Amino acid sequence: MTLQALSDRIRDAADRRLALRLRGGGSKDFYGNEARGELVDTRAYAGIADYEPSELVITARCGTPLAEVEKTLAERGQCLPFEPPHFGAATFGGCVAAGLSGPRRASSGALRDFVLGVKLVDGRGRILQFGGQVMKNVAGYDVSRLVAGSLGTLGLIAEASLKVLPRAQVECTLRLEMDEARALDSMNRWAGEPLPVSATLWHAGVLDVRLSGSEPAVRGAAKRIGGAEVKSDWNAVREQTHPFFAGGAPLWRLSVPSVTPPLGFSQLIEWGGALRWTRGGNALREVAKRAGGHATLFRAADKSGGAFAPLDPVLMRLHRELKNAFDPAGILNPGRLYAEL
Amino acid sequence: MGEALSLSRRHEVARALRAFLPQRAVLFEEEDTRPYECDGLTAYRQLPMVVALPETEEQVQRILRVCSSMQIPVVPRGAGTGLSGGALPPGDGVLLSMAKFMRVLRVDPRARVAVVQPGVRNAVISEVAAPHGLYYAPDPSSQIACTIGGNVAENSGGVHCLKYGLTVHNVLRLRGLTIDGEPLEVGAEAPDAPGLDLLALAIGSEGMLFVVTEVTVKLLPKPQCARVIMASFDDVEKAGNAVADIIAAGIIPAGLEMMDRPATRAVEQFVAAGYDLAAAAILLCESDGTEAEVEHEITRMEAVLAAAGAVRCTVSRNEAERLRFWSGRKAAFPAVGRISPDYYCMDGTIPRKRLGEVLNFIAGMEKKYGLRCPNVFHAGDGNLHPLILFDANNADELHRTEEFAAEVLEKCVAVGGTITGEHGVGVEKINQMCTQFGTAELELFHAVKHAFDRGTLLNPGKAVPTLARCAEYGRMHVHGGKLPHPELPRF
Repeated sequence: MTLQALSDRIRDAADRRLALRLRGGGSKDFYGNEARGELVDTRAYAGIADYEPSELVITARCGTPLAEVEKTLAERGQCLPFEPPHFGAATFGGCVAAGLSGPRRASSGALRDFVLGVKLVDGRGRILQFGGQVMKNVAGYDVSRLVAGSLGTLGLIAEASLKVLPRAQVECTLRLEMDEARALDSMNRWAGEPLPVSATLWHAGVLDVRLSGSEPAVRGAAKRIGGAEVKSDWNAVREQTHPFFAGGAPLWRLSVPSVTPPLGFSQLIEWGGALRWTRGGNALREVAKRAGGHATLFRAADKSGGAFAPLDPVLMRLHRELKNAFDPAGILNPGRLYAEL
Repeated sequence: MGEALSLSRRHEVARALRAFLPQRAVLFEEEDTRPYECDGLTAYRQLPMVVALPETEEQVQRILRVCSSMQIPVVPRGAGTGLSGGALPPGDGVLLSMAKFMRVLRVDPRARVAVVQPGVRNAVISEVAAPHGLYYAPDPSSQIACTIGGNVAENSGGVHCLKYGLTVHNVLRLRGLTIDGEPLEVGAEAPDAPGLDLLALAIGSEGMLFVVTEVTVKLLPKPQCARVIMASFDDVEKAGNAVADIIAAGIIPAGLEMMDRPATRAVEQFVAAGYDLAAAAILLCESDGTEAEVEHEITRMEAVLAAAGAVRCTVSRNEAERLRFWSGRKAAFPAVGRISPDYYCMDGTIPRKRLGEVLNFIAGMEKKYGLRCPNVFHAGDGNLHPLILFDANNADELHRTEEFAAEVLEKCVAVGGTITGEHGVGVEKINQMCTQFGTAELELFHAVKHAFDRGTLLNPGKAVPTLARCAEYGRMHVHGGKLPHPELPRF
C-alpha cells in the first residue's frame, strides 16, 4: 500500500462523512471506548524507513510489527526504553497511537517522551510532517507528541521517528517481602536516591525491584536495596500475563502521584507507586481523582460509562476545537477517546 | 492607527487596567516601557503600548479579560533572556510581565516535585531542592537569569539534555489562563492525565496558547559525583565523528559539548577555563553517577576518544576543575560578545552524522560573506550554536549576517534537521519556518492556535508565519528554480 492510497481513502471518506476505524494489528481493540466505522487496516503500509544506531533514532511506517522494530534494535544493542506493551500482534503505529508504556516508564520516561517526529494523514487526507529525526526541535507546535496516545482521533500516524537508547549492560531483580505501605515508602525513598532502579512491582506482599545499568552501578545499588536476587519475568507484567490480570472482572488503571498512600483494596502496583491496577467499579474514578490522579477503565465487557476519566468543561472544549482542527468532518475513530470527539 | 488615536487607546487601556491594578503595576510612559522594548534578541525592538506587572493569578485573569474584550494583543514575558524575540512587545498591545510571580510554592522531597510560579528563575529551583539531594535537570546557559515560565514557553534545553531531557521531559503540570481568562490545568503529578497530551502541546508553544501561572517540575536525585573529559582534536571533523563513536559505543554521556578553536580562544581570554588552545576543536564529555560508575564510564569514553583520534584527554581531577571546564562553555556567548561589537547566535539542529559536512559548509559561508563564525555545539544532541560576529552599526554587515544565518538554517533543514533546537522561532526565524514546513502544516498550526485563541490575541505574529508572508519570502528565496509554496497567490 502507498501513503497516497491511505490519504485518498481518508479524503474520500471525509467527502462522504463516513466514519473510519483506524486499526493496526488489533492488539489494543480492547483499549478505550468502542471503535466504530469502516475498517482501515494500516498493516499494509509497513517497513523500517530509517535506522542509524549512532543517531539513536528509528523511523518506521505504521504497519511495521512492533516485534520487528524491537528485534532490529536489539541486533544493534538498543531498545525502546519505555518498554511498550504489545498485547498481541502490535504494530508500530498502533503503539504510538495508544501511547502506552511499560515497566520502565517511571525511570526512563513514557512513550511520548521518545517521540521525535511523525508523518500524519489528517482528517482531510492531507499528508503532514511534524518534528523530525533530531533530538531537539522547537520549530512549530509539538504536534508529534500531541498525537501520541490520541488513539487515532487526530490523524493516521503513517510514520513515526522515536528516540532509542542502548540496552543496559547489566540487569538484575531483587525480591523483598513487605506490606503495601512499606513498599510504597521504600520505592519513593529509592527514587529520591541516584540508584539505577528501572522497574518495580508490588503485589500480595512481595516487592520486586529491577536494576539496570553499568556493572558497578547495579552492584552498588543491589547492596543498598538488599533482598534476594531472583529471576523475575518482567514481560508478564508488561504484557499482563501475570496471574493478577487473569479473569473477566473490570480492570482499572489508576494513575496517581507515587506518594499516594495505600488505597485499601487489592492491587498490583508498578512505576514506583504511581500506577495501581485493581478490580472494581466506577467509584474508583473518585478515589483516583481525590489522590490527584485519574482512573481508566482499562479492560471491561461494558464501557458504556466511558473508558477515560471525564474532562472539565474548559479542557473538553479545547479537545473539541483541536479535533475540529485536525479532523473537521469528525470521521477518524469517532468516540474512541471521548464520545464528544 | 493615527498618533492621536493610538494615544487615546493607550490611555483607555491603562485606565481599564488601573481599575484593579496599582498604579506602579501599569506602565505606559516611554521612560518606563523602554526596558521592555526587546528580549535577548536585541536586533528587534518595539515599545509596548502598555506594560502590566500583575502579582496574583486573579490580576492576570482580569488583565486577560480586559484585553480580550477590547481586542488588545497580549505578550507574556519572563526574564526577557530569550534569543528569538518571542517576548518582543506589541506596539498596539499589553506586555504582560510575569516577573513578580517569584514564589516557590511547594517543594516535596518525597514526591520529588516542586511547584513554582512562572517568574522563578531556573537556577533557584535547583537551589531550593539541593538540601534534599535533588535538582531540576534542564540547565540552559542563562539559568541564573531565565525563568521557568520562559523555559516552558521555549522548551529550553541545556548542556545535560542528552541524558536528562528538555523542559518537556521535566515538567509535570501547568496551571494557566486562556486568553478569555478561563483557568485550566494540563498534565498532573500522576504519570499522565486523561485525554490528549495538552501538556506536551503547551511546552514550546512560545506563549501563543495560554498564559502559564504555575509550573510543577520533576526533581531528580543529584548524582553522587561527576567528572568531565576535555578531549583535544587536531581536526574539527574528527571531533564530530568522535561524538558519533561515543554514542555508537552505547554510552549516553551526561553532557557532550564541542567548541572549535575560535570559540575556545575567545573563552580563554574571558574566563581562563584551561582549554587546549592548540586543538582545532575540543570535546567536553561528562559522566555522572556513583564513584565506581563514573570511573568505569570515563575509562570507556577515554578509549573511544583515543581511537577516534583525540590527541589529548584531560580528566577533571576534582569538582573545582570540572566546574572550571564547564565555566568556559557556559560563558561562550558573553566571551564572544567581548571580541565583537555584536554577534548573532544560531540554533539549528542536525543529525549527528552530518556534523562534519555542516561545519565545512559554515566555514565556506565565513569566506563567502567575509564574517567570522566561532562554533559551540551541544554535540551530543546535534544542536549547533554558530556565532556570527558582526557590527550592527554597519548596515552591510548586518545584512550579510542575516543572509549568512538564513543559508545555514536552510542547510540544517536540507540535511534533515531543524531551524531551532531550543531557542524558539519567535520573530527571528519566522521566515525559515516557510522552509521547514509546507502550507498544510502551517495551516494546521494556525488552526491549533485558533483552538486556544480564536481572536489571535496571544503573542500574535510570532512562531508561525502567515501564508502570505511565506509567499513573499518564497519570492525572494528561489532555490534551484523551485519556488516554495507554489500553490499560493503571489503579490
